[in-house]
Amino acid sequence: MSRRPGFVLEVDTSTPPTLFWNGEGFTLETLPVGSRVIYAPEPVKAIDDPYGAIRHALLHPVGDRDPLPALLRPGMKLTICFDDVSLPLPPMEAPDIRQMVIETVLDMAAEAGVDDVVLVAALALHRRMTEEELRHALGNRVYDAFAPHGLLTQHDAEDPDNLVHLGQTDQGEDVEINKRAATSDLLVYVNINLVSMDGGHKSVATGLASYRSLRHHHNPQTMRHSKSFMDQPASELHSSNWRMGRLIAESGVKIFQIETTLNNDTFPSNFKFLQKREWEWSLRDRATFAATSTALSKTPPRIARQIFQSIKSPHALTSVQAGEVEAVHALTTANVWAQQGVDVEGQTDILTMGLPYICPYNVNSIMNPILVACLGLGYFFNMYRGKPLVREGGVVIMRHPTRPEFHPGHHPSYIDFYEQVLTQTIDPVQMHKEFEESFATDPWYVHLYRTGHAYHGVHPFYMWYWCAHALAHVGRVIVVGGDAKAVRRLGFSPASSMNDALEIASDVVGPSPTLTHVHNPPIFMADVH
Amino acid sequence: MARSGILGRVRTARFPFAAPSWPTTVDRPDPERKVGLDYDHDWSRRYPVRLARAVMMDNVTRPAARLLAPATVRGLEHLQHVEGPLIFAANHASHIDTPLLLTTLPVEFRHRTIVAAASDYFFDRTWKSVLWAFALAAIPIERSKVSRRSADTAAELVEDGWNLVIFPEGGRSPDGWTQPFHGGAAYLARRTGRPVVPVYLHGTRHVLPKTVEAGARAPGGSGTESRLGGRLRRSPIAVLFGAPMTPDEGENARRFSARVEAAVATLSREVHSDWWQARRAVSAVAPVDGAETAHRGPDASAWRRSWALDDPPSRRDGKEWPD
Repeated sequence: MSRRPGFVLEVDTSTPPTLFWNGEGFTLETLPVGSRVIYAPEPVKAIDDPYGAIRHALLHPVGDRDPLPALLRPGMKLTICFDDVSLPLPPMEAPDIRQMVIETVLDMAAEAGVDDVVLVAALALHRRMTEEELRHALGNRVYDAFAPHGLLTQHDAEDPDNLVHLGQTDQGEDVEINKRAATSDLLVYVNINLVSMDGGHKSVATGLASYRSLRHHHNPQTMRHSKSFMDQPASELHSSNWRMGRLIAESGVKIFQIETTLNNDTFPSNFKFLQKREWEWSLRDRATFAATSTALSKTPPRIARQIFQSIKSPHALTSVQAGEVEAVHALTTANVWAQQGVDVEGQTDILTMGLPYICPYNVNSIMNPILVACLGLGYFFNMYRGKPLVREGGVVIMRHPTRPEFHPGHHPSYIDFYEQVLTQTIDPVQMHKEFEESFATDPWYVHLYRTGHAYHGVHPFYMWYWCAHALAHVGRVIVVGGDAKAVRRLGFSPASSMNDALEIASDVVGPSPTLTHVHNPPIFMADVH
Repeated sequence: MARSGILGRVRTARFPFAAPSWPTTVDRPDPERKVGLDYDHDWSRRYPVRLARAVMMDNVTRPAARLLAPATVRGLEHLQHVEGPLIFAANHASHIDTPLLLTTLPVEFRHRTIVAAASDYFFDRTWKSVLWAFALAAIPIERSKVSRRSADTAAELVEDGWNLVIFPEGGRSPDGWTQPFHGGAAYLARRTGRPVVPVYLHGTRHVLPKTVEAGARAPGGSGTESRLGGRLRRSPIAVLFGAPMTPDEGENARRFSARVEAAVATLSREVHSDWWQARRAVSAVAPVDGAETAHRGPDASAWRRSWALDDPPSRRDGKEWPD
């Protein structure tokens, strides 16, 4: 049977209740008759022979690039950079696609007699990956061949000795990236494009950049003018990255970009019901839902978190393309949209969404309130092309427990941001002016970022800026089932039930609003006409 | 009270504890079930299943069949010196035909025989597919049209050494007279090179009559079948095996099928006479070429067709009127 495209359901009296993620759990909500529910397209068929496809892509590059073997020679300096633990979500079942690509690249490098090879995790300001995470992403064979010799490194955006300033763009943006990568004869970048925001020039210009460089596009002004940052031509974030990327290329950095796309087969068989349409749930699906939701409701959050964070996704490779950055990325973006695009007619007054336990910044960690806001307003809100799903002045209703819990090792600056900044202002522009610099340059945060597994001190600001477009666009944000104090701290309205939330929303959008629900998993991109 | 409370709760259960209703705006696709021709019946021929089936056939089905339908079996001598696999082509008047035929087969054939069963009837639900695949070693066959897939499956199994029971009429006779044969048995014989054994089953419709659908009975019809439809009733039967037949050189499936049909019709005449009388009666009607010699019954009203069929054997087996 061929896969079914995305689908917009109009809720009627026969429609069964709709699934909502609720952090480390899920629930069913009965949506008002006439509401719309957007379902993602079904998974694209996976490539049967991923290693074969990768090899073919490396031998048949697109754009102005020779096949990879032709670019490899003895005595050269080769740096292989790869996306960090934030991709894909949830982490994929072994073998990770990065492992498959890097093994193939290393086979060719070994064949060509290249000795000077270094691997760099393109972290930007994210936390350093643990050994276990690196082993999962790269495989033991790669890890054991490089890590013991100090040849498996993680980008350090605060290491002045390993950064190089390549110049400024015509807009005055500093371009400062990883020195080893910039001074190599060839930089091979291995990417995973889970959403259309990923990849392209953003891989190097963001993933290997310093704070000095990142601040030019990770700021409230850029984010507000990225409508959305999932739609590259309409994204100021991407315009800035593209300017930087072109400058990097003009500076003589030779990049061989390898981009991959995955299908949206997100959860293993035990949780398959999450990505099915509710009226198609089998007896097994219903029993699994009932059993797991009941069990999870009685499980301490810490244990539930560990259970969910241990889930590995059966994501499978759907395309791989290699060569010159822009030519590669054009193909990649088309493939991402082929998997995730759903046509939606018109905007809505109320946009509802259930938020899961995971976002790019809490893999093997805790989803703190700032990340809840970022996932809802930064990611789900921005999953559109054309117009936002919710009209200007509309309401976003999110479902998540939003507990004021933080991972002290991973998110130390988030705790202070929550206590010191959000208590003063929730305005991205004001916090950018008044607080960002002190967090970004705080030596303790820098130390934790460089030596521990902490996100950079400025990272919570970026998460809040990620919400800037949504915060400027919507009239109210309501969180159902969240910790009331934490929700208010974020500047949102708490509601104990969906009905309460709709009642609160009616103050903003009137008594007979239209409602659209973002059904996930899996994720999708709305093409809003 | 407690019972009604539990039942009430079950009745009022809502999703996810009850099955989801289907949004009216969404087209309901055909269920993707592995049933019908798609049903995977390989398991039913694995050794443990065969063993279990043989135990059940010999210890449950066979005694029950003997009790329910005492059988007069003729023509088994035709099977004594023939090597399998064979294709048994029988007339079909009742659902009970299959187990009755299987239980009268000699033991060397009985436990290595599969049955071609209508995919749309016996394999339309998973539970039915499992039941018939296990109990009768049934395989799904497309009966409404020629299906290469069905034919391939059956042919492969015959070539693999399995005897096959097939009812070439494609369905049960509505009134006991034989319907025109489809060419399936003849085709398989030609394709596999295995002989066809004509079989006539007499009286099985009295054991388990075909249910007449509501409203289908013509005014003035016998009404017997509608009254008895679907209910088991003890009644003797007769099973007559003919000599194995192979296609003549150059004989196509259609002509061979007609010959098989005629052989079955000849066997039907043996029920109340003997082989020689039956042969003579057939020769007196027409050369062996299908329709003229077939067991079709008079072209008359429903009751006359029923009347023209032999009386139920049970009536004749009753006590003699005292002198």
